[in-house]
Amino acid sequence: MSLGLILIASSGLFSIGLLAALSRRHAIFMLIGIELMLAAANLNFVAFWRFGPPSPNPHGALFAIFSIAIAAAEAAVGLALVIAVYRHYRTTSVDRMTQLKG
Amino acid sequence: MNTAAFVVIAIFTLLGALAAATLPRLIHAALSLVVGFVGLAAFYILLGAEFVGLVQIFVYVGAVAVLIVFTILLTRREATERDPFNWLGAIVALAVFGGLLWTISHSDFVWQAHVPNQDLTVRRIGDALMTAYIWPLLCVGVLLTAAMIGALILVYEEK
Repeated sequence: MSLGLILIASSGLFSIGLLAALSRRHAIFMLIGIELMLAAANLNFVAFWRFGPPSPNPHGALFAIFSIAIAAAEAAVGLALVIAVYRHYRTTSVDRMTQLKG
Repeated sequence: MNTAAFVVIAIFTLLGALAAATLPRLIHAALSLVVGFVGLAAFYILLGAEFVGLVQIFVYVGAVAVLIVFTILLTRREATERDPFNWLGAIVALAVFGGLLWTISHSDFVWQAHVPNQDLTVRRIGDALMTAYIWPLLCVGVLLTAAMIGALILVYEEK
């Protein structure tokens, strides 16, 4: 059990999140992908804290806690945006939201 | 911390995340996302950060996943919500994964022996939050309030 295995797992999770964010046309699916990418980055932080030199302040774990809080705020605002756009367009497929196109 | 537990939790989490990314029906994907988040919390507990694992379950599973399910409920288009899959995104994601794997396998320090670290007790987290992290704590409070008010304004309907 070493840092490299955990980094491989977190990069796999990041790639899966990227897959969900790029290959879907539904707005909520793209949000799911973004949340997966954030969770993979949090795993990286905690892994590097665990395998790093001992320090009096647990910087990596606290960064992960703040990142979880910010991810929750971002998910709330993102989903509110999805609901507001759905009310106007009556669809959640991002291919049809083209009114701002130049 | 042993490798067998790590492999089991990794397979659980990655399968849940893969199901969340590729299942055609949205509600199945949202519930698989819950499985992935619980696996991630198990990762945190395996790494010795038990408080972060519990915060993950409270916030991600208890709030974010429930929010996603509510939003699926509120934005239903038709009875079957199927979504076509774009294969170009899969190629890009595989390329990114290959690049990251190459980087990890070519670095030396990540494969060294495990160095034991200190325990993460709630007292240490509380001390750090009140002394070194007091500014981020207050800013996160303001940010959460602003996000809540902003989300309410976004969905407020003028009658």
